[in-house]
Amino acid sequence: MDATIKRNLEKIACKVRMGIIEGTYNAKSGHPGGSLSIADLLTYLYFAKLNVNPKSPDMPDRDRFVLSKGHTAPALYAVLAERGFFSKEELKSLRHIGAMLQGHPCINTPGIDMSSGSLGQGISAACGMALAGKMDCKDYKVYTVLGDGEIEEGQVWEAAMFAAHYGLDNLTAIVDNNGLQIDGPISEVCSPEPITDKFAAFGWHVITMDAHDFDDIERAFDEAEKISGKPVVIVQKSIKGKGVSYMENQVSWHGTAPNKEQYDIAMAELNAQLMELEG
Amino acid sequence: MSDIIKKATRESYGEALKELAEQYQNLVVLDADLAAATKTGIFKKAYPERFFDCGIAEANMMGVAAGLATVGKIPFASTFAMFAAGRAFEIVRNSIGYPHLNVKIGATHAGISVGEDGATHQCNEDIALMRTIPGMTVIVPCDDVETKVAVRAAVEFDGPVYMRFGRLAAPIINDKDNYKFEIGKGIVLKDGSDVTIVACGLMTAQALDAAKALEADGISARVVNIHTIKPLDKELICKCAKETGVIVTVEEHSIIGGLGSAVCDCVTECCPVPVVKIGVNDEFGCSGPALDLLKKFGLSSENIIAKAKEAVKLK
Repeated sequence: MDATIKRNLEKIACKVRMGIIEGTYNAKSGHPGGSLSIADLLTYLYFAKLNVNPKSPDMPDRDRFVLSKGHTAPALYAVLAERGFFSKEELKSLRHIGAMLQGHPCINTPGIDMSSGSLGQGISAACGMALAGKMDCKDYKVYTVLGDGEIEEGQVWEAAMFAAHYGLDNLTAIVDNNGLQIDGPISEVCSPEPITDKFAAFGWHVITMDAHDFDDIERAFDEAEKISGKPVVIVQKSIKGKGVSYMENQVSWHGTAPNKEQYDIAMAELNAQLMELEG
Repeated sequence: MSDIIKKATRESYGEALKELAEQYQNLVVLDADLAAATKTGIFKKAYPERFFDCGIAEANMMGVAAGLATVGKIPFASTFAMFAAGRAFEIVRNSIGYPHLNVKIGATHAGISVGEDGATHQCNEDIALMRTIPGMTVIVPCDDVETKVAVRAAVEFDGPVYMRFGRLAAPIINDKDNYKFEIGKGIVLKDGSDVTIVACGLMTAQALDAAKALEADGISARVVNIHTIKPLDKELICKCAKETGVIVTVEEHSIIGGLGSAVCDCVTECCPVPVVKIGVNDEFGCSGPALDLLKKFGLSSENIIAKAKEAVKLK
């Protein structure tokens, strides 16, 4: 990846992380850990990959995105705001009564293609979108992001079977493999491992990538683009809480919002990262 | 009775899908390995490129239907009522109901008349489950004529619709040429002044038979076909409550949460009158021939007659 483009994506991702902290802090609830682990991925998708237009969010032939791990909506909202789908001010009213930004994604929000949040369901909807694209010979692609804990849901594997059976090569699923879920490490709760082998056995093309390296993210998506005849899953190795020192790899930050002091520390850290990137 | 033509509403459903396919190019059909039983196989044979078998995976099927609807398709997702409303309830609620997507659920083999398969497959709870979902329309057609127009109305309606069909052949009681269907509008099949019998689905014909017999016993029974449980025709129900003073509801469904409960919800607000509910009591079904089961669980014209006589005394 071109160094300037990479640097720019890193800056945007840093701002997206600030948006996540801003949102969850103001909401006094929410899921910062798994939001931070997909901040780079969503930045790449919305600033380097997806054919979407903030001025025309319902553009018929746009690429589709479904956040199957819907509890990490703060990341999606932050990236949508950064991309211009709505004002960044909206992030401050996340989860408030009467606010546009609901606790989990709602289809009525500009830029949101599907309501999601009850785990395991988003990937099925993504399959439906991909199937419609195939039926209508459309070029749009469908992307969906799942948690590694989420794939413990049986519906995910129903969808995995379906996507492979119908050869949905316009569908790319990304599994955010940060290794932690609410009750603890995924290996201890009820292990979904080996994740790559499982998807391969279900007939998917499997790619692994480093979730926090834009060069590697680009490599993975370039490979995904070349695959035909089967759906693609990218298992991204990520760090839960990535970017905020005290949240990194801490299961306790799955569903806890920062208080004022923690907010200040997180923002100071992210500001420092941004300053360094801006050099 | 022998000259009455009968046809299962699931059969009419399958035929309706095929008949509507040309006009509605966006209509697609999903099934979960039951196309031969739900009769979506009729559509599949004629339009294989618009039919998708999801395998025995109802949760995913409902989600795929939701995804198809976001892109402008009109998906009909079919399986047995037990699995459509029961197993996949939460997907129907969160992936179809909450985003208010234009998905039609064609649920067959509803109620006790599933017969020999027994309790695991006899869904007596689906109306209750589906009517609690905000924005969900719930339709229970009573015969072939009503099913055909109801399916068309569902296609033309923008929003999620749950349609309930039966396995057993149902008497055709409506006249095809004069029948008018409107979502949310009940139909007075027979006028009467002493009691109103409110019915849906398979029980509608039984209610008519009962009303005729009651006439001979000097009881004037009105029969109302409530094909749309939600939105309920509150105006008509209230009118009947006021004019006849007592209501008997009859449905091939649990007495908890279905048509009877919907009618009670309505009359307690507008015109409190006694309501006697006939349905499957708070119990599971069992194996047996469908017609015998209907009798065993009180879903017969004889029981409607008996309950109507008791109801009149409550006034």
